[in-house]
Amino acid sequence: MYDFAYSRPASLDDVAAALSAHGDFKLLAGGMSLIPTLKLRLARYAGLVDLSGIVGLNGIKRDGDAMVIGAMTPHSVVAASAEVANTLPALASLAGGIGDPLVRNRGTIGGSIAYADPAADYPAGVLGLGATVLTSRRRIAADDFFTGLFETALRADEIITAVSFPVPRAAAYAKLPQQASRFALVGVFVAQTAGGVRVAVTGAGPAVFRWRQAEAALERRFEPAALDGMALEADGLNSDIHASAEYRVHCAGVMARRAVRAAASGAPSH
Amino acid sequence: MPIVSMTVNGLSASAEVEGRTLLVQYLREHLKLTGTHEGCDTSQCGCCTVHLDGKGVKSCTVLAAACSGATVTTIEGLAQGDQLHPMQEAFREHHGLQCGFCTPGMIMSAVDMVNRMGNDLDARTVREQLEGNLCRCTGYHNIVKAIQAGAAAMKGR
Repeated sequence: MYDFAYSRPASLDDVAAALSAHGDFKLLAGGMSLIPTLKLRLARYAGLVDLSGIVGLNGIKRDGDAMVIGAMTPHSVVAASAEVANTLPALASLAGGIGDPLVRNRGTIGGSIAYADPAADYPAGVLGLGATVLTSRRRIAADDFFTGLFETALRADEIITAVSFPVPRAAAYAKLPQQASRFALVGVFVAQTAGGVRVAVTGAGPAVFRWRQAEAALERRFEPAALDGMALEADGLNSDIHASAEYRVHCAGVMARRAVRAAASGAPSH
Repeated sequence: MPIVSMTVNGLSASAEVEGRTLLVQYLREHLKLTGTHEGCDTSQCGCCTVHLDGKGVKSCTVLAAACSGATVTTIEGLAQGDQLHPMQEAFREHHGLQCGFCTPGMIMSAVDMVNRMGNDLDARTVREQLEGNLCRCTGYHNIVKAIQAGAAAMKGR
């Protein structure tokens, strides 16, 4: 790992100022993806600006019909939260399936979605639930947030402060973990929301995406059989040493059915 | 270079480190606490597990500078004098180790597991929760037995 300047400001303004003044500085949240990336020299920054010194970015609160999770809230806290378990059990379960317990103690929701790993779990929950990403500048709808491979709509000096999840009627997440890393070989998040059924697929493409054909079918009939005879297009999907695009197509169908079954059988989530 | 000050095993420690210095390097190379092992250096094996403000973390993937002001416990901080911690004693009693390289991380992770999940742990839970710790001797059977016994022995502490 190349050396870098390290700072831990106490306010969002100071963080934004550091990012504006230095184009080659990067934000550090839990570091569970960023530090390994720096170690492998896949990225190099002149400085890291640590968000852990800012009060108020960590925590979970109910805000009307939404569950708001602070950007620096670790996965283990979301997984163990009684409030999340009661109103958004699919998200608690998703958070509890990321990496391993030691990684979950450190990794954060804001870091995960800002990094936008194509096989990460949280992007599926954020897109699948139609969440809103709250930043130091604005509110970004999930549909506009994930823009490509490790790419998001965030500007260089923009800081995620929280993610607001509208509480769905029902939801579930099913993933086939890659056996070594526990990243999603394919993960599918299904939700019945006020705005209709949403199906988000992670691990299969360059970035998380919605499976519109499945959404339309599940809108008519919310049961696994509604997806019979339906498959993603393999063209453009990930194909690597872990799985071919065709295998991912198959797994996406299996995971989607499992998620629908779990969501349909679960108690109403609020 | 940033100056870090933290409490390690009850004692305050302070040093000037590079921004890139990892917590595991700081513990081993600056404080000479070599009980924390560096195995894979890729946050997979868990040999480097320590407690940071009471929670188990992989110290190969945490910056030392980010721990300024924090409280860290390493494997050296568990025993009280000659009295082994119940989890250490359980690993000895149940022979929960072969070569011993992964053991410090296993024990720190096991104590974190008890802190999170309580003292009554079935074998399946232990195996699931031990996902972040690898034993290359593959001696998991006795490790699981040791953790169950250590968890029970920690009751009331």
